[in-house]
Amino acid sequence: MSNITNDEVDVVVVGLGWTGSLMSIELAQAGLKVRALERGEDRNNADFTYPKPADQYAYGVRNKIMVTPKDGALTVRHSMRDTALPTRQWGAFVPGTGVGGSGLHWTGVLIRPTPTDIKLKTYADQAYTRGQLEEGMQIGDYPFTWEEIEPYLDKFDKICGLSGNTGNLQGRIIEGGDPFEGPRSSPFPLPALKDTLNNTMFADAARKLGYHPFPNPSANVSQAWKNPYGNQIAPCNYCGYCSKYPCLNYSKASPQTAVLDSLKRMENFSYRTNANVLRVDLHADGKTAKGVTYADAQGNEVFQPAKIVVLAGFQFVNVRLMLLSGIGKPYDPLTGKGTIGRNYAFLSVGGNTLFFKDKQFNPFATAGATGQMFNDISPGNFDGPSLGVIGGAKIHSSQATGTPIGTALPAGTPEWGQGWKESMNDWYGHSMKISISTGCMSYREHYVDLDPTYKDPWGQPLLRITFDWRQNELKLQQYLRGIVRDITKELGPDSFSESFLSMDSHWDITKYVSTHNVGGAIMGDSPETSALNRYLQSWDVHNVFVPGGNAFPQNFQANPTALIGALTLFSAQAIKEQYLKNPGPLVQA
Amino acid sequence: MKSRSRSLLLIVLIAGVVIALLAWAISFVLNRSGDASAQLTQQVTPELVRKGEYLARVGDCVACHTSHEGGKAFAGGLGIESPIGTIYSTNITPDQATGIGRWTYGEFERAMRRGIGHDGSALYPAMPYPSYAKTTDADLQALYAYFMKGVAPVEQKNKANDIPWPLSIRWPLAYWRSLFSPAPQASAGADAQTATTDDARIARGAYLVQGLGHCGSCHTPRALTMQEKGLDEQSSTYLAGAELNEWAVPAIRGIEHWSQEDLVEYLGSGRNRMASVAGEMKDVVANSTSHMTDEDLQAMAAYLKSLEADTERAYRHQPERSTATSDKLTAAKDLTLGERLYVDNCNACHFVSGGGASHVFPRLDGASVVNADNPSALIHVILAGAQTPSTERSPSILPMPGFAKRLDDSEVAELASFLRQGWSNGASAVDAEQVRKVRSLLSHDPVGERTLEASEAQ
Repeated sequence: MSNITNDEVDVVVVGLGWTGSLMSIELAQAGLKVRALERGEDRNNADFTYPKPADQYAYGVRNKIMVTPKDGALTVRHSMRDTALPTRQWGAFVPGTGVGGSGLHWTGVLIRPTPTDIKLKTYADQAYTRGQLEEGMQIGDYPFTWEEIEPYLDKFDKICGLSGNTGNLQGRIIEGGDPFEGPRSSPFPLPALKDTLNNTMFADAARKLGYHPFPNPSANVSQAWKNPYGNQIAPCNYCGYCSKYPCLNYSKASPQTAVLDSLKRMENFSYRTNANVLRVDLHADGKTAKGVTYADAQGNEVFQPAKIVVLAGFQFVNVRLMLLSGIGKPYDPLTGKGTIGRNYAFLSVGGNTLFFKDKQFNPFATAGATGQMFNDISPGNFDGPSLGVIGGAKIHSSQATGTPIGTALPAGTPEWGQGWKESMNDWYGHSMKISISTGCMSYREHYVDLDPTYKDPWGQPLLRITFDWRQNELKLQQYLRGIVRDITKELGPDSFSESFLSMDSHWDITKYVSTHNVGGAIMGDSPETSALNRYLQSWDVHNVFVPGGNAFPQNFQANPTALIGALTLFSAQAIKEQYLKNPGPLVQA
Repeated sequence: MKSRSRSLLLIVLIAGVVIALLAWAISFVLNRSGDASAQLTQQVTPELVRKGEYLARVGDCVACHTSHEGGKAFAGGLGIESPIGTIYSTNITPDQATGIGRWTYGEFERAMRRGIGHDGSALYPAMPYPSYAKTTDADLQALYAYFMKGVAPVEQKNKANDIPWPLSIRWPLAYWRSLFSPAPQASAGADAQTATTDDARIARGAYLVQGLGHCGSCHTPRALTMQEKGLDEQSSTYLAGAELNEWAVPAIRGIEHWSQEDLVEYLGSGRNRMASVAGEMKDVVANSTSHMTDEDLQAMAAYLKSLEADTERAYRHQPERSTATSDKLTAAKDLTLGERLYVDNCNACHFVSGGGASHVFPRLDGASVVNADNPSALIHVILAGAQTPSTERSPSILPMPGFAKRLDDSEVAELASFLRQGWSNGASAVDAEQVRKVRSLLSHDPVGERTLEASEAQ
C-alpha cells in the first residue's frame, strides 16, 4: 500500500454507468481532459456475446453483474426508533457495479415524467386544500420548466433509439401514443416493438373501460439504430434476457451500446476500473474540491486531482460520498435542517396474475420492455384530491421474460416436488399480469445518513436508509387494486391471484420491486431545502456536480432513466456553456 | 572416359560459376536504379507532413511495420509468412541507429518504388513496391517528410528473417524485380484536388487502388513465380480474387451486388447494409481505409465499379427459394441438423430471413463469404467469430462469438452447408475434413487498430 498522485485532469467522473458515460462524452467533446473512475470491472460487448447471458441462475438469481453486498451493502430501518441492519443479500432493489453500472442491467423502459410530475408541488398547492395531504410530506418542484428540459429528454431518446408510439407531438395528440405525455419536439425515433398476446388483450380491455393504453416506450430497440454519437444499437430479437442481464444482442441501449465505443476513441478520455472512490477532497476553505481519493485494485490510496468532480455513481453512492466528504450539511429529520440525505423515496408495485387454461402467451418470445401501459392514473389525470392522495401509477401488462425460475403458478401450487412440476407443466405460458408501478412521495422522516455501527471494508460507515410505507402510498394501492380488478374482470381469466399492499403493510426489502431508489441529494431552488441547483451543481461546493436519481425531489410513477439521462445532459450543457467560462455557482442562492 | 566427363563437369561448373558471378555482378547494376542521393525538392511544412501522414494511411504502412505483440507503430518486427520462410518487417521510424533516420530521400524513393534497400540489396516483394511504383514524386516526398518529421523515433533493432540458405540469397531478387515490377511511372490520378469529373474520379481511384492502396496484393491471384498476374485494369485477372492464408479473398472487380455507396461505407466504416468486415480486411479498414476522405473512398469505389466483372456471379436472388427457407425455419418442423444449428446459434442475429440487420448484423442470403467456391473464410468466421473494428465513422464494436467450442467439425460442416445452400445461396456443401483443416489453423493473433504516436516535433 502506498500513496500515489495521478496527473491532474479537468474532470474526474466517479462511476461509469449511464450518467458517468454521458457526462464523460459530453465534456470530452468540449475538449476537456476527462477521467472516469469505476469501482467495478471493465465490461465490453465481447463479454456478453451469445449465448453467455442466457443463464437465469447466474444473472437473474445470483446477480452476476450486480454489486455484491460486501462491496455495496446499506443498512435499512423503518423508522428513526429502529436500529438499522445491513443488507446481506439483495431483495427489493439490486444495484449494479462495473462499467455500464445499472445501465447494463436495466430493463429498458424509457418513459418520461409528465409536465405535472416535474411541477408536483405547484400542482399540489393548486389542487389540494391545506391539511388534505399527509403530514410530513415534503414535495418539491423540479427547478426547470418542461420547455427547458424537453430538448434533453429528446436527445436522450435519440441516444437510446427509443421505440414506441408518439402521443403528443408539439401539442398535437396522436392516436396510439400516450395522450397524457408532455409535448415532445420530435416523434419517437423508432416504431414500437411488436405486441404480444397479453398486450393486445390488456389494451383492448383497458380501452373498453375508457383508458388510453399505449406500448411501453422501449430502449430495447425495434430496428437497427445509429445514435447521435455514431454508436449502433441492434434490432431486438425478443429473447427476454433484459432485466438483470446484459443484452446478448446489443439491442438494449446501455452505456456499452450507446456511448462507450465512441467515448473510448477520444484521446482526452481515459478510465480506470477497480478504482473505488473513498472521498472527494476539498480545499481548506471547503468551497471547492481539489480532486478525489480512490483505492485501487492493489489497495493503494490514489489521489486524482481534478478541476471538476462529477459524482456519477448510483443514488446511494453519490449521497454517501457527499456525506463522507463533508459536501453540504447532513439532513437532520428532527429539525428539518440540512440537505444531504433529505427526501429519500422508493416506489411500490403490485398487480394481478391472470391464468387462462386455453391461452398460450409464449412468454419466451418477448423483450424486457414488451407491454402496454396507460397513464390515466397519474397526477392531474384522475381525481386524487377527492381520494386525499397524491401521486399516481402506470398501470400496465408487461411480459418482460419467459425465464422459468419464478414462473407464476396458481395459488395453492406446492413450491417443490411432483405437484410443482405438474403445475409448471400445466401453467407455464398460460398466465399474464396486470401490474401497477406507483410514484412515492417524500416525507420528513424518510432520509439517508451514515450508519453509526456498520462499516465497509475501508472502515467507512455504510449508508443508512430510513423508510417505510405511508398512508398516502397505501391508500393509492387500494384505489389501484380496484382498477386492476375491473380490468381483470373484463378479461375473464379462469383464475387470478392478487398482490397489493394492505393498509398495514411495511416496506419489505426481501422481495424484488425495482431499483428505482431516488432522492437524498435533491435538486431545487433553495439551498435550504435542496443539495443541488438546477444544473445538479452542489450549492455548497461549486465544482462538484451530482447527476442521478439522487436529484429527484420525490419519485414519480414513470421509470426514472429518461429523466436521469436528460438531467445529466442538461447539466453537461451548463458546464460547457457556463461553468467553464466562469467557474462558480451557476445559480445565485 | 572418366577424365573426359570429369573435365566436362569442370567446364560446366566453371561456366556455372562464371554465369552466377556475372549475374551477381549485373544484379548490382540492376540495383543501381534510381538516385540514392536525391533530395527533397519541397520544403517540409506541417501541411506536407500531414499529407504524408494521410498517404501513409492510404498505403497502410502501419499494418505490416508494427508487431502485433504490443509493438510500437512503425517499429517493425511483424512476421510475414512467405513460401520460403518468415520475413520480418523493418523499423521505419526515424530512429538514427535502428530505423530510417539516416536515409536520404533518394534511398527512401528507391525502397518504395524500386524495391532496393538502403544498403543496395534487393527487397523481398513482401514490400508491395510493384504497386508503390505508381506513387508520384510529390506524394513520395510527403511520405518521406512524414516519416522523418511526423513519426516518433523508436529504437528497435530489426529482426533477422527466418529464411534458410540458399533461399536467403537476395541478389536473384533483382532479376525478379526487373521482370515483374514496373518502373516508376507518372500517374494521371495523383492529384486529389482535380478529381471532379467522373473520369478524373476513376483515374484518382485507379491511382489509389493500384498504387499506395495495393489492393492487388491480396485480391489479385499470383503466378507460380509469385508476381501478381496483373497490376492494373489491362489484365482481366487484376483483382479477380485469390486465396490468402487459407482465406478466400473475394474478387472486387465490378462488385455488381453492391452500390458505389455500399463500397464507400464498407471501406470507410467497416460495415454497410449487407456486410461487416472480417479477416485480414478488418485490419485494412481499421488502419487504412477508415482514415481516408469521403472523396478518395468515392474515387476508389468508382474505379472498382468501373472494372468489368470477369465471371458471372454464381448467386442470383430467387425470392421463392429465399422465402421457402425463411418459412421452414419459422415453422421449425422437421429441420435438418444444419437448419436446427442455425436456429439455435445464428438466428438470434441473422434472423430466419438470413437478412441480418443493416450495418449491424451481416446478411447471409447472397453474401460473398457464404457463396465463395472456397468455404474456408466462412468456416473460419463460424469457428473464430469476428467483430467490427471501431472506426471514426462507426465506432461500435459488435462482436460475433466464435462457435469453435460449441460445435464440432461435423456440426460446423452441416451448418456451413445449410448456409451455402439455404435461401438463394448456391454453393457446394462443406465436409468435416475442411472444417478440421481450418480449425487446426486458428490463430490467436490479435488484430486491430494500431495507435499512431505523433512525434514531439510535429
